[in-house]
Amino acid sequence: MTANVSTSPEPAAPLDATPPFWRRLLRRRLAVLGLVVMAVCVLGAVLAPWIAPYDPNEQHFDGLTIEGAPLPPGAMFWFGTDLLGRDLFSRLLYGARTSLVIGVVANGAALLIGTLVGVTAGYFRGVTGAVLMRFTDLMMAFPALLLAICLAAIFSPSLWIVAMVIAFVNWVQTARVIYTETSSLAERDYIAAEKTLGAGHGRILFRHILPHLVPMLIIWGTLGISTTVLLEATLSFLGVGVQPPTPSWGNIIFENQTYFQSAPWLVFIPGAAILALALAFNLVGDALRDILDPTQQGRD
Amino acid sequence: MLAYVLRRLIQSALILLGVSFITFVLLYVLPADPVRQIAGRSATPETVESIRRQLGLDQPFVVQYANYLWNLVHGDLGRSYLQKTEVAALLLSRLPATLLLMVAAIFCELLIGLTLGMIAALYRGRPLDNALMLGSFVTVSAPQFVVALLLLYVFSVRLGWFPIGGYGTAAHLVLPALTLGILGSGWYSRIMRSSMLDVMRADFIRTARAKGLGRARVVLWHALPNAILPVIAMVGIDIGMFMSGIVVVESVFGWPGIGQLAWQAIQRVDIPIIMGVTLVSATAIVIGNLIADLVAPLIDPRIRLR
Repeated sequence: MTANVSTSPEPAAPLDATPPFWRRLLRRRLAVLGLVVMAVCVLGAVLAPWIAPYDPNEQHFDGLTIEGAPLPPGAMFWFGTDLLGRDLFSRLLYGARTSLVIGVVANGAALLIGTLVGVTAGYFRGVTGAVLMRFTDLMMAFPALLLAICLAAIFSPSLWIVAMVIAFVNWVQTARVIYTETSSLAERDYIAAEKTLGAGHGRILFRHILPHLVPMLIIWGTLGISTTVLLEATLSFLGVGVQPPTPSWGNIIFENQTYFQSAPWLVFIPGAAILALALAFNLVGDALRDILDPTQQGRD
Repeated sequence: MLAYVLRRLIQSALILLGVSFITFVLLYVLPADPVRQIAGRSATPETVESIRRQLGLDQPFVVQYANYLWNLVHGDLGRSYLQKTEVAALLLSRLPATLLLMVAAIFCELLIGLTLGMIAALYRGRPLDNALMLGSFVTVSAPQFVVALLLLYVFSVRLGWFPIGGYGTAAHLVLPALTLGILGSGWYSRIMRSSMLDVMRADFIRTARAKGLGRARVVLWHALPNAILPVIAMVGIDIGMFMSGIVVVESVFGWPGIGQLAWQAIQRVDIPIIMGVTLVSATAIVIGNLIADLVAPLIDPRIRLR
């Protein structure tokens, strides 16, 4: 970050240096593992209509035992069937869409709110900035899950409401990080120099502040998806998230948990999927933090 | 120090005021009309109007908030829509179970987290360290309900070591506390690892080694106490995670605390109860942070009071 203070007006965001960045990322085995899991989930979600052996909502006549219990994993239904005789594998593939859509939309919205709040408070400061940061402190005092439950219970939950609820409780960390980063950037000499040269706020923000925030946004964007996926799964598990019949990994477990003693695969296969996706984003995010965040360089 | 304590106390009070304001706004903008729920579908417009006046819902926003605040200060959190009972009384009756679980869970978190963090620091850079740090990532990424159901399946359903759920004996407490302990341990083990590494680099450790003390004695006697203290100071900050975890864990294990109360309220969209639990949790978080801030300078005098 200090390298481009003196010379070029074009800040060289670390991402521009593609070969070294990718090579450094790919050198980490855990990050590669995370990338592979992410790729599998994305492919599964995108190609769901072509890969899925059955319609996710089709209740198969031969999908239940004679007693009406779900079928265990087998040749016909790879991951078994759920309590209504639907194919679990197909539901998982479509459920990946829900998780990823919410992950991307909710997290994108959270990043946007967090950046707006953080930059406003860190760059313009003043009364608005102070009020925004006090509000951020206030939000920190709420347990995220409970606040999300309140909101989701108040507005009858749909996919987009759930995404917005999650965004509303998750922007706080981003705002704090961006605020700290922006307020330290805003005090640098080259910003003062720009100002004396007559640069407006727009130029300073878009050419000198925001490009420097890109690494932070990439790191928090990646880590945030993990939080988002977990929150969506938990809300759906509690019945206030994405509503059946739309499959989501959380509500598959919610629907089937009464069977968890006799048909544990209905709980633990989707559970493993949630864990794998959240873990993947955490691993990649942590690697990105090591590579992109200059303050983390040289730590153990 | 006194000025610092006072300032933090005032800050905490202001945050709690803000918390009450936000919960009130959520109640105020609520699309579900509490009057309709109390009066029932067949109520005449006059009845509805009189209930509305009784509840003070015809007053302007500011007056309603002032009333709400006044009631809060007097420990009145409103009435449950459906159970027709005082939310405060319900919360009070549930609080002991949650506090018991909290103590047990924090004990588990610290026991697992500190031990693993110390081992990771001692084997820094070696495969064991990497495995433990991967493990800490797994606990951070694991959905609470999946861990809860997994422990329930393995230890109760399969092995039959513990009851499937409920409350009463020590055996009932083990699995819920262990679930929260495992979930929280990853965070502690990372902090413990870096705290331990910091201490191991300190001069007094080199001195201890130089005067010929054995490695075990240096680690256990000189390094460990110094490394643990800053981590213990973090427990207050951890309350937020705990408060988010109890809804899921208590509902899975049928533990009759405020988390289960909230979960039951979710099923019936009983907003005052959910709000009550949120308020209590937010208060716990604020107090936890306050304690963490007040304890930190006592543990490490180098921390400047700001």
